[in-house]
Amino acid sequence: MIEFKDVSLTYPNGHQGLKNVNLKIEQGEMIVVVGLSGAGKSTLIRSINQLVKPTSGELMVDGKNSLAFNERDLRKMRTNIGMIFQSYNLVRRMSVLRNVLSGALGRTSTVRSLLGLFKHEDKQLALRSLDRVGIAEKAYSRADQLSGGQQQRVSIARALTQKTKVFLADEPVASLDPPTSHIVMKDLRRINREDNITMIVNLHFIDMAMEYADRIIGMRNGEVVFDGPASEVTEKTFEDIYGRPIKEDDKISEQDEDNAETETASHKEGDSV
Amino acid sequence: MTPAPKMDKIPILPRRSKLNILSILAVVAGLYIAAAYLTNAAPDRIINGLPQIVNFVFGNLIPPNWGYYDTVASSLLETWNIALLATTLSVIFCLPIAFLSASNVNPSSFLYNTVRFTMNVLRTIPDLVLAVIFVGLVGLGAMAGVYALFFFSVGILAKLISETIESIDPDPLEAIRSTGGNTFQVIWYGVMPQVLPHYISYSLYVLEINVRASVVLGFVGAGGVGLILNQQLNFFNYGNVSLIIIMTFVVVTLIDMVSIRLRERIV
Amino acid sequence: MREIEITKPKKPPMYWVKLGGIVAFIIIAYSIAFTNLDLESSFRWEQASNMLQRLVLGPFTDAAAIERIPELFMMMMETVAIAYAGVLAGSILAIPFAFFASRNIAKRGSIGGKGVLNGIRSFPELLFAIIFVSAVGIGPLAGVLAITINSVGMLGKLYSEVIESIDQKPLEALRASGAGKIQVIWYGVLPQVLPEFMSYALYRYEIDLRSATVLGMVGAGGLGAPLIIASRSREWEQVGMMLLIIIVVVTLVDILSRNIRKRIV
Ligand SMILES: Nc1ncnc2c1ncn2[C@@H]1O[C@H](COP(=O)(O)OP(=O)(O)OP(=O)(O)O)[C@@H](O)[C@H]1O
Ligand SMILES: [Mg+2]
Repeated sequence: MIEFKDVSLTYPNGHQGLKNVNLKIEQGEMIVVVGLSGAGKSTLIRSINQLVKPTSGELMVDGKNSLAFNERDLRKMRTNIGMIFQSYNLVRRMSVLRNVLSGALGRTSTVRSLLGLFKHEDKQLALRSLDRVGIAEKAYSRADQLSGGQQQRVSIARALTQKTKVFLADEPVASLDPPTSHIVMKDLRRINREDNITMIVNLHFIDMAMEYADRIIGMRNGEVVFDGPASEVTEKTFEDIYGRPIKEDDKISEQDEDNAETETASHKEGDSV
Repeated sequence: MTPAPKMDKIPILPRRSKLNILSILAVVAGLYIAAAYLTNAAPDRIINGLPQIVNFVFGNLIPPNWGYYDTVASSLLETWNIALLATTLSVIFCLPIAFLSASNVNPSSFLYNTVRFTMNVLRTIPDLVLAVIFVGLVGLGAMAGVYALFFFSVGILAKLISETIESIDPDPLEAIRSTGGNTFQVIWYGVMPQVLPHYISYSLYVLEINVRASVVLGFVGAGGVGLILNQQLNFFNYGNVSLIIIMTFVVVTLIDMVSIRLRERIV
Repeated sequence: MREIEITKPKKPPMYWVKLGGIVAFIIIAYSIAFTNLDLESSFRWEQASNMLQRLVLGPFTDAAAIERIPELFMMMMETVAIAYAGVLAGSILAIPFAFFASRNIAKRGSIGGKGVLNGIRSFPELLFAIIFVSAVGIGPLAGVLAITINSVGMLGKLYSEVIESIDQKPLEALRASGAGKIQVIWYGVLPQVLPEFMSYALYRYEIDLRSATVLGMVGAGGLGAPLIIASRSREWEQVGMMLLIIIVVVTLVDILSRNIRKRIV
């Protein structure tokens, strides 16, 4: 469980990234964070594993204030949080399998990891994770020989190998084309359902957010301006969050609106059964 | 959930690349053992050598004999002069050579290949070997040093500059050719403006190299600070040796620093 | 027709001062060089052509020189070995130095690391060799030591430039998953930089093979010593033979190394 208690973050240059954020996130939720560019979505997500450190407030992770952690506690907390990045962040010259296995580094001793002696169960888990995202046969390819969508699935497998209860995903599909985006988002939702992993995902496109989220958090200027179940969200809600009318650019599908909406609706029904 | 792929041992690397890496490591290590054997420089001797070096530095080199300052200074001036003249000569003579060995300017592939080959051979001859030859040709003294360093550095400079010439933007050259310009006009108006900053910068770089190289010329009688260094070493006059080393280090570092500053400004 | 007048743009204020300074420096430097330097030469055509003839043709005609080929070749191999042992040790020792000198790894500590590497680099290699020969005695060990320390300085700098230019994103991913500093280096940095490291080490070997021949001339092992002896006694056939061996071996090594380097990166 993650709880933001009056969390604020001021960047060294004086810019306020987060302003008095209060949030409570339960285990197994599928949350999508939306907002205009610069609204503070990345800042919110990155403050959970402290890639950026909030400057005031309390950030409770499993009942403990993570902002008070020392270096060791922080590392330990990070081993329990998986992260997926917009640009995949793979070591491009390394094989897919080694990239995936690097998710297990947090629980592997330094000596073992220097020698590449991963536990058999970790290797097994790495292969199984690759299989779950459908690219087990690429295990021995170099990461840079894969397409963007495949690379993103490698990074999902890496997070799976980390054996965590929380995934953070900062715009995981922003570099992908629409069909590939859907594959990746479906993988994430399936993992959320099957493993009961909390997913916190930043997305740009409102139709995607509606399609995959259970709960939507809207941000503007570092503040949380909306927080509610996806079922309550309408286009009007987005206009409030964005502070401007919705444009075609805000959607991923180039289909006309009616079509897109019915499709979204049918997906929602399918999921809730 | 899909069943996990069944495997008893999961290799992190595919077997083939593991074999590759192992064989490369074996070759590197094998060559090292051979080299250590040939040179009598096994790691244990290196480790044993370190205290000897420390002893030598603190026992013999320190303190330096400051009274020897005048002699060293005038020798260093000679070293600098040799380097300066040699660099000047090579800066002048490298230009035609560089143009001849640039494939985008020189249309004759025969000439191109001949010049390249000659320069490649020239560059394999170590500076001190050239000094030996020129001492034989023109006798002991600074002149041999100037010649040696000239031939040593003209090859380096010509290579650097011909590479720059080959990497320039070809469009302006085409434009000048299209207006009916001849080869010299193409060079003067199309190539030179593009390579000039690199030309100056590389010239300074070669000056740095020549200053370092001219330190050693004296060992074979080609003038400069190496001459007295060799002398004092043969007399085991380590106080003087130490001062020579210190002053040479300071001068070389100063020249490097100034030259690097200038080069940063230029390019 | 009316004349068109254009005024030249004004130069920046210090322009003339700087230009004047540079010109003055150049004039002074050259006048000192020409007056101070004793540019006497005892060049005589017949003597020179005789020497060059012996130098160039000698290796192919002189029986004494041809007889020495196996011996000289082994000495060249010693030079090759000196350079190899030195560069290998240097290329490995340079790695920790490079990490300490990289801004993105050592943060503020990198200034100190860079300083150490700069210090090593600005000390001429031959002076190292002289100190080592005096300390550990005449022989190849001194040469190996000199090349080792010099290549630590050179490679350390090149390596740290490679490290500073790597893709930071995978490192962030590793840190986010709780990997420690050493694990981040091992799984995030090294895979990105190793091919470049190897390529630079090979490149360094090409250079150090040349300097290893020179080091021999101050007693640090290899072909350098017999070269000096032969030239002092004006045995130009022998000198020519040694030169030929150096040129051939250096060229072969260059070609080999260049081909490997092309494969690596
Ligand atoms: N390291 C930093 N230093 C200073 N300001 C920063 C820093 N990182 C982000 N900001 C500022 O904080 C604000 C929020 O940034 P953030 O990256 O969280 O936005 P975002 O909602 O993720 O935007 P996008 O959709 O473009 O990724 C922006 O105004 C940004 O300029
Ligand atoms: Mg962002």
